[in-house]
Amino acid sequence: MIMNATSNEQQELFCQKLQQCCILFDFMDSVSDLKSKEIKRATLNELVEYVSTNRGVIVESAYSDIVKMISANIFRTLPPSDNPDFDPEEDEPTLEASWPHIQLVYEFFLRFLESPDFQPSIAKRYIDQKFVQQLLELFDSEDPRERDFLKTVLHRIYGKFLGLRAFIRKQINNIFLRFIYETEHFNGVAELLEILGSIINGFALPLKAEHKQFLMKVLIPMHTARGLALFHAQLAYCVVQFLEKDTTLTEPVIRGLLKFWPKTCSQKEVMFLGEIEEILDVIEPTQFKKIEEPLFKQISKCVSSSHFQVAERALYFWNNEYILSLIEENIDKILPIMFASLYKISKEHWNPTIVALVYNVLKTLMEMNGKLFDDLTSSYKAERQREKKKELEREELWKKLEELKLKKALEKQNSAYNMHSILSNTSAE
Amino acid sequence: MAGASELGTGPGAAGGDGDDSLYPIAVLIDELRNEDVQLRLNSIKKLSTIALALGVERTRSELLPFLTDTIYDEDEVLLALAEQLGNFTGLVGGPDFAHCLLPPLENLATVEETVVRDKAVESLRQISQEHTPVALEAYFVPLVKRLASGDWFTSRTSACGLFSVCYPRASNAVKAEIRQQFRSLCSDDTPMVRRAAASKLGEFAKVLELDSVKSGIVPLFTSLASDEQDSVRLLAVEACVSIAQLLSQDDLETLVMPTLRQAAEDKSWRVRYMVADRFSELQKAMGPKITLNDLIPAFQNLLKDCEAEVRAAAAHEVKELGENLPIEDRETIIMNQILPYIKELVSDTNQHVKSALASVIMGLSTILGKENTIEHLLPLFLAQLKDECPEVRLNIISNLDCVNEVIGIRQLSQSLLPAIVELAEDAKWRVRLAIIEYMPLLAGQLGVEFFDEKLNSLCMAWLVDHVYAIREAATNNLMKLVQKFGTEWAQNTIVPKVLVMANDPNYLHRMTTLFCINALSEACGQEITTKQMLPIVLKMAGDQVANVRFNVAKSLQKIGPILDTNALQGEVKPVLQKLGQDEDMDVKYFAQEAISVVAQRLRKLDFPVKDSGEPSVPRADKNHFPRPTVPGEDMGKGPVYQLRGDTRDTLAQLEIAELVHFSQSTD
Repeated sequence: MIMNATSNEQQELFCQKLQQCCILFDFMDSVSDLKSKEIKRATLNELVEYVSTNRGVIVESAYSDIVKMISANIFRTLPPSDNPDFDPEEDEPTLEASWPHIQLVYEFFLRFLESPDFQPSIAKRYIDQKFVQQLLELFDSEDPRERDFLKTVLHRIYGKFLGLRAFIRKQINNIFLRFIYETEHFNGVAELLEILGSIINGFALPLKAEHKQFLMKVLIPMHTARGLALFHAQLAYCVVQFLEKDTTLTEPVIRGLLKFWPKTCSQKEVMFLGEIEEILDVIEPTQFKKIEEPLFKQISKCVSSSHFQVAERALYFWNNEYILSLIEENIDKILPIMFASLYKISKEHWNPTIVALVYNVLKTLMEMNGKLFDDLTSSYKAERQREKKKELEREELWKKLEELKLKKALEKQNSAYNMHSILSNTSAE
Repeated sequence: MAGASELGTGPGAAGGDGDDSLYPIAVLIDELRNEDVQLRLNSIKKLSTIALALGVERTRSELLPFLTDTIYDEDEVLLALAEQLGNFTGLVGGPDFAHCLLPPLENLATVEETVVRDKAVESLRQISQEHTPVALEAYFVPLVKRLASGDWFTSRTSACGLFSVCYPRASNAVKAEIRQQFRSLCSDDTPMVRRAAASKLGEFAKVLELDSVKSGIVPLFTSLASDEQDSVRLLAVEACVSIAQLLSQDDLETLVMPTLRQAAEDKSWRVRYMVADRFSELQKAMGPKITLNDLIPAFQNLLKDCEAEVRAAAAHEVKELGENLPIEDRETIIMNQILPYIKELVSDTNQHVKSALASVIMGLSTILGKENTIEHLLPLFLAQLKDECPEVRLNIISNLDCVNEVIGIRQLSQSLLPAIVELAEDAKWRVRLAIIEYMPLLAGQLGVEFFDEKLNSLCMAWLVDHVYAIREAATNNLMKLVQKFGTEWAQNTIVPKVLVMANDPNYLHRMTTLFCINALSEACGQEITTKQMLPIVLKMAGDQVANVRFNVAKSLQKIGPILDTNALQGEVKPVLQKLGQDEDMDVKYFAQEAISVVAQRLRKLDFPVKDSGEPSVPRADKNHFPRPTVPGEDMGKGPVYQLRGDTRDTLAQLEIAELVHFSQSTD
């Protein structure tokens, strides 16, 4: 026991135990080396206790052995998933077999980072870019317990190692891009986003171009991911954080969301609407004016969705006092956009709850500008007819184009045919 | 506008621009700008029509600039655009103007969405071939350079795929530049770009001069193969195959082998997997000497890798590896160096490994010859036939033909039968389906006697399986068996049993009789069809269940061509006419459809169509049995009826396929 040794020997014993803990065991084989496994577990426990209860034990000479022990245990190529079609929303994750040891190593790592004796200036020799890179790869672990530890560890490292911050951000950036555009698979997206949430919170103003680019080119496209449900809360938080920092980003963000608006997945559509509401909660009236038209065109589509949850989620916007006040301010713009679909649903939607909600919304809108409302009601039919006519004209246009194409093809054929017959006539003569 | 038609060589040039003014570009652009994505998409998909209407000049001067500016759109629209532009050369006036297409494609090659970018690169590659060498250097190469030095990773990624198409036709100075640029992308800061470069490394190596391969590509290969990210390293393994094909044996030994050896022992299983997966390709590229000295030991390690994924990939390569070995040594190599590892894999803990092995192991028998197969492989086959995992057994059975050639299937038949029976009754219908598919093959190899004795009853039992897909497969199976064993066999063994089912209380089984008749009538020929099958079908026209009745109509339509005129006229037609008056609208619909087909056939038999002299009739092909026209199509009702009919069928299938609450029909 380290505790029982004299203070001179303690340091040496500490390092020896650290080295001892670098030995790895095969946990896939649950019966082998039981005794040794138990010894290592006890030793790790002892190490955890040693660094957390004693002051002055993390001396400069120990850093190398500490980081070596941590690296030896946690850095590994993650095994292939047992279930090749692993669906994080449906399936139980495969838990890390060596958890009894790894957990203690993470525990030790955290105590080490959080110790008052910990000195980043010494540690940065060992906890370097390569170390962080390997740490980030572990976020793909299927085991949520491991990802949870990693989240705290990375957060501490980001906080203490200023020199690694840009690097960490860049690597997360790469992981996300790979996730979006290449593999569509990475287990630790939610955890990384959670860390980013607090990172964004600390960004200095004005925002650097790099950060804005991250928002527009990484976070926004991330909304297209299939497994959005797994990390949407964290993602929306990050987006809103950005907007709270810099309101001028509102327009591009909303346009981006509109661009990636889900076409077939109603579940995702509901999430998008939730995020839009979060954004509207913090939007500035001047920014609102810039995007009201495209935004409310989309909302008008959502309101008339045949999926009642989508319609309902969109109609709930009218329960939000702040949004309501924004609508009222801009009723002249918004009412003409919303009117047709609201009017149509009030007559046609299959779901009585939706119809009832729509009646309320119509009533609210009518109270905001009764004159406009009446005008729109009376011009509704004419409007529909105009649309129909336009539709016909479009068909006509394409038909004519097709004819033109055929005619041209025919002309070409004919001229080729004429050539051919002239040639064959000549040869016949 | 004479100038335009003079200039153009593409299809757009032929008609002149006479009436194009009818369609001002503004209208078309309006369409491309429509708020509705679907309409924009439709317009983009008809972009060639628009271009044709505009003529080559206006396409170049107005349409393309507009397209270049509309890059901010839905990815779906962009994808369609990228695809269209690849085939646009003719519409802008031929190869001389191909470079006009570069600006919009360059923009598309920088967007985020991979699918769009890849399509843009594909189109650019296509168009590059249409450039003259001068145009290539004047327009295309500068574009590649711009992409390669773009700020955001997307453009650099796209550039990776364009080097190899412009390199062969570039001048030496430009070639050096291209090589330099490729090199810098291989060590790009962003892993996405390194991956793109690594995946194009092999392709690029192929167009380079041998010296440049050695001095330029090999170092890149080495550095990519030791990249910090395993996703990059594994792509280097892929490139290894192409690079190895270009180098001499000595060069391979010194330049490539050290890296490959390292990859086979990489700490990431993904890299080792890639080595295992590409093993036979690597083997061919590296040649026999290196294979013996280096690759075989590496392969042994892969066969006993700690990750099942790797073992499965390696096991899958066993047969091809054997076939690629030099003929004189291969028996000894496999016997001494590979077989011991294979024996281990037969009892692997992972079923994917066993199943991968089972899918190829039979192939070894041709390589090892009769005696070795009987002594060494047969015990393995037999063990695998008893494996707990159905897929393993299935894979063995599906490859029986390989063994049959070497030792004859009889050696296995004792163990085969229990395995087949067990699979035939497996609880998973996909397993049952798979074994049915092998029945004709097995029947051919085991012979008619064995079949009648042991397997026939299985084949009949599948006909009343509770999953539609099985019944359907069983029906097809019967047809194939009849083709194999002949009509006499069919008449004695199959047909009576099938026909008995026409009286089954379950309407699904009665329908199976009809489906079997549909499948068997052609193989059985006119006599059996007319004498034995037709009466049963006609009798079933009075069935209580509408589904049976409309299937009678369908069956009559199907077997019509096999019957003679008398049967058609005297027996089929009256029944169909009666069904045509049925109270159920689906029955009516299908009966009418059948009537029109039968009537056409009767007409055809009465008045044989002359070979010539009637050119005005479209598609007057006497060998071509006319496609039935859908009655009621004019009224626009045809498809609706059709849908109903199909829906009903599908529902019937679903009902049973689900296995839930399957009840006997009450009729």
